[in-house]
Amino acid sequence: MPDAPGLELIAHEINSRHEGAIVGTAFEHGQAVLLADPGLIRETLGFLRDEPAHAYRFLASVHGADYLPAAPRFAVHYELLNMPRVERLRVKALLADPGDDGLPELDSVVDLFPTADFQEREAHDFFGIVFRGHPDLRRILMPEDYVGWPQRRDFPIGGEPVIFTATEDTVPGWTR
Amino acid sequence: MEVERTKLRGLSPLDRPRSPAELRVRQLRARDMLRGDLEGADLDEYVESRVLTTTLERAQSWARGNSLFPATFGLACCAIEMMSMVSARYDTSRFGAEVFRASPRQADMLILSGRVSIKMAPVVRRIYDQMLEPKWVLSMGACSSSGGMFANYAVVQGADKFLPVDIHIPGCPPRPEALIYGILKLQRKVFGDPDLGWRERYRAGGTEEGRRPWKAGALPVERVGSAPAAGIVTGHGQPGAAQLDAPVGHPQLTGHEARDAYEEAEEDEPAAGPRPAVGWRDDA
Repeated sequence: MPDAPGLELIAHEINSRHEGAIVGTAFEHGQAVLLADPGLIRETLGFLRDEPAHAYRFLASVHGADYLPAAPRFAVHYELLNMPRVERLRVKALLADPGDDGLPELDSVVDLFPTADFQEREAHDFFGIVFRGHPDLRRILMPEDYVGWPQRRDFPIGGEPVIFTATEDTVPGWTR
Repeated sequence: MEVERTKLRGLSPLDRPRSPAELRVRQLRARDMLRGDLEGADLDEYVESRVLTTTLERAQSWARGNSLFPATFGLACCAIEMMSMVSARYDTSRFGAEVFRASPRQADMLILSGRVSIKMAPVVRRIYDQMLEPKWVLSMGACSSSGGMFANYAVVQGADKFLPVDIHIPGCPPRPEALIYGILKLQRKVFGDPDLGWRERYRAGGTEEGRRPWKAGALPVERVGSAPAAGIVTGHGQPGAAQLDAPVGHPQLTGHEARDAYEEAEEDEPAAGPRPAVGWRDDA
């Protein structure tokens, strides 16, 4: 894992190639994080993959996140790994909520990392994040006719109220 | 010594032997029968004591209940318990339910062994529809009965939302003994206990596939909530209420029951005293 000055150097290097691609750096839970501009996420990940000094060739995981009520609300996490050096780096693309039933969008990285195919589908399935340029952006875990994005924090948790003998008077229509 | 054959007069094959001596007498008579030594009145008496008469439907349901083949179908962790049910330790083949059929066409019973997700529910329903009547469903464990701990968006809150369930087995997961107990309850139902029938409980008489005892639209409205109208078939191929209400005797002693009966009889016998009139060996 790059230390704090190393992380700043990486951010500076990327920003010198692609202006505004990295908007910040952070350390979360002992993990180095690059906060990336979602519009330039392909350039950022491509640079980290192909630059010989970094060579984060393995995309270990892609997942979505919902930080409601924070703004920007959504994020897509890319967990990168350099296998020879056993160094991990997290790239976090923050996405604003477009509101009015719109869906947050960013570019797909499937052509850079083929493993992102199913994982972007999962993030789309659970959080409604649209990956532009994904070859086959369908639901992957929920039924294909499912409506809604179930892992969002404002999605109802579902299930049915459980009725115990102690609470049956408070449930309308149960005892009558 | 000559066996006293009159001691067995009037016994039915379901009666337990009252003493070890009586059991021995039966064994000797069976041996004589196989050798062809029984003739005339003795032969008649032997046959009368050995033959059980019943209706075809009762015999059929008895055979069905003792050969419930489950479908090879596991949903979640309950399936581990379901698999160990057929192992030598629990050995559900004692009750005829050990033959897991790989095709729903050959299966009689669907064991819902785990949570049913909303994506899996159409698959479960299709497997149920592919099974041939008569067919039964066991809901095993809390998840398939009520959703269990998975009160969320992904799991069906109880499998009887989309198919009729005959037996609900509580537990998380139920032990194999509990599952076998559920299968025994299902056997009681198959043998003709009307209190256990889902078609009565769901008021779904006449929904058996291939059976339409009334014409479309001729169903009397007051049937719902009252006794089934005449001509409506209740239960699985059971001919009528009179037979359904009749007490059902288990037509066969299991191995444990026969051994218990033997040991009970042995304890009742006085320790000292004259030996019974029948001989234990021919030279006694």
